[in-house]
Amino acid sequence: MGELAGDKHVKYILSVEKKKDSFESVVMEHLRLNGAYWGLTTLDLLGKLDTVDSDEVVSWILQCQHESGGFGGNIGHDPHLLYTLSAVQVLALFDKLDVLDINKVTDYIRALQNEDGSFSGDIWGEVDTRFSYCAICCLAILKRLDSINVEKAVRYIVSCKTLDGGFGCTPGAESHAGQIFCCVGALAITGSLHHIDKDLLGWWLCERQVKSGGLNGRPEKLADVCYSWWVLSSLIMIDRVHWIDKEKLIKFILDCQDTENGGISDRPDDAVDIFHTYFGVAGLSLLEYPGLKATDPAYALPVDVVNRIFFGRCST
Amino acid sequence: MASSSSSSSEGEGRRAWVPLASRPEFAGVTPLPQDDGPSPVVAIAYRDDFRETMDYFRSLYSSRELSPRSLLLTSLAISVNPANYTVWHFRRQVLEALGADLTEELEFTEGVAKRNAKNYQLWHHRRWVAEKLGPDAASRELEFTRKIFCLDAKNYHAWSHRQWVLQALGGWEDELDYCAQLLKEDVFNHSAWNQRYFVITKSPSLGGLNAMRDSEVDYAIEAIHANPENESPWRYLRGLYNDENEAWLNDSRVHSACLHVLKAKRNFKFALSTLLDLLGLGFKPNQEIKDAITSLRTSDSGEAGSDSDLANSVCSILGREDPMRANYWTWRSSKLPQAAEV
Repeated sequence: MGELAGDKHVKYILSVEKKKDSFESVVMEHLRLNGAYWGLTTLDLLGKLDTVDSDEVVSWILQCQHESGGFGGNIGHDPHLLYTLSAVQVLALFDKLDVLDINKVTDYIRALQNEDGSFSGDIWGEVDTRFSYCAICCLAILKRLDSINVEKAVRYIVSCKTLDGGFGCTPGAESHAGQIFCCVGALAITGSLHHIDKDLLGWWLCERQVKSGGLNGRPEKLADVCYSWWVLSSLIMIDRVHWIDKEKLIKFILDCQDTENGGISDRPDDAVDIFHTYFGVAGLSLLEYPGLKATDPAYALPVDVVNRIFFGRCST
Repeated sequence: MASSSSSSSEGEGRRAWVPLASRPEFAGVTPLPQDDGPSPVVAIAYRDDFRETMDYFRSLYSSRELSPRSLLLTSLAISVNPANYTVWHFRRQVLEALGADLTEELEFTEGVAKRNAKNYQLWHHRRWVAEKLGPDAASRELEFTRKIFCLDAKNYHAWSHRQWVLQALGGWEDELDYCAQLLKEDVFNHSAWNQRYFVITKSPSLGGLNAMRDSEVDYAIEAIHANPENESPWRYLRGLYNDENEAWLNDSRVHSACLHVLKAKRNFKFALSTLLDLLGLGFKPNQEIKDAITSLRTSDSGEAGSDSDLANSVCSILGREDPMRANYWTWRSSKLPQAAEV
């Protein structure tokens, strides 16, 4: 079995961050905040967050914030829950949550909760359980979960449960590993995991592992490295991760690396990108691959960052 | 978690790019370059059309100009980067300000969908338009998603849109038939099975799950016999009896279907797993089922005695057949009810 080419991935991430004129950078311009979260969290998991100038990043993030308190994907972009979460997560990585006006961010998020407990992504009204996760995770990090109607939020998520024990984007929608992560994560954060049939869902999730050892997101679909995160973190949150073959999954993820130029792709021999690099490394972290920091499956941040948020600075 | 993929707009009949600076309709607009923060953007002309389009977009967006040329510009910007959600927002503001013909807007989105069927912004925009057009839009929306499914019958966005259309705008009448058609084309299409469940539980013209259960059990079992390795109809069958364990235990068609698959000695994983579920709920198998299970065991350790021995046999066969999930099957055997008096 190959090895994790950690140094190469660090180089790759730093190069993407610097090359703002590359095609990848240019088409990702509107979601650079997500990209920052993927890249910086990966660096932290590899123990290399200090290779980045945190002041520069923090100052840029604040410029992405709007009057309303929400954050856009980059300077000059409209606010949205997706980028608001990434902003808060990146600030947490740098232990700079104190630069925020917490009330403003909280007001932005709570205004997006609907009557039925669901969340819209922004003022344009798109509803999706992804946004329930963004809102709940973000407010939990800011310790302002009490500002929304948690009971209704949970009820809405539970209404999105499917016939096979998973969750979709809205009530009635098909089970999908990405949506499942969002729903299980939100339920975990709000202490509501008892609503899940863990055995049934655990089985659906472990059935995502295909012959190659990789994981797919739905029955009869192709394996993709990003599911190494979504399926795996969900299994961990419901205490069923031992139901997949970890060794085979590790091998699959390692095979998706570009060991020469750095970066990880969706499946072996495809082009790499920051998104899959993060999910591959985070997946390996969940699998306790040596040399990586531990990752919190619900908050999708390094465990020491989460501990710092909730328990203050640790002496070690 | 936003999709990181966006298409370039190469090829497909792109005419030679006429710089916006030389187009009379954009006279007077001062292009604004992207501000990425402290590190200045290196001014390399990567792709002139992309860069210029976005610079002009930023200008009109920041001056909040809600005009026909802004509408045109959002079309251009969307064609070079359809995932740029701020462009779509601005487009909606322009459409509202102009009181634009939204039927034309449907055509615009269809053009975008041709190259970007998995784009979140496209689908949300389409929904916004359809919502404004109201129930009259229903059949066109169903037709639109149908076209998408011809290219990719599992497109998650399209299914989500179609479900919304049915619930918000109507059009349920032919939906069960449509599911049947898709499943005829590909009986492994889990999205179509999910839609079928959606229809039988929510359609106002069908009477609900209880009314539909009987015929749907037959439908699922037919699919199981055709392809016993197909995960979907097994899950569907179980879903038909959600919260109805007694009824599930007592429906002889279910364990007969399992037996049928076991006897063929191929692709019996889900048949065994279903039997395991039944055994766990107190199902008493007949001799035929016991024999069928016994004949699948590799080691001959005598007859299957009590039901719990039988269930353990099932678990060990499954662990052998599906080694990737060996831990799961071992755990299942640890969860079996203790042996009742034989």
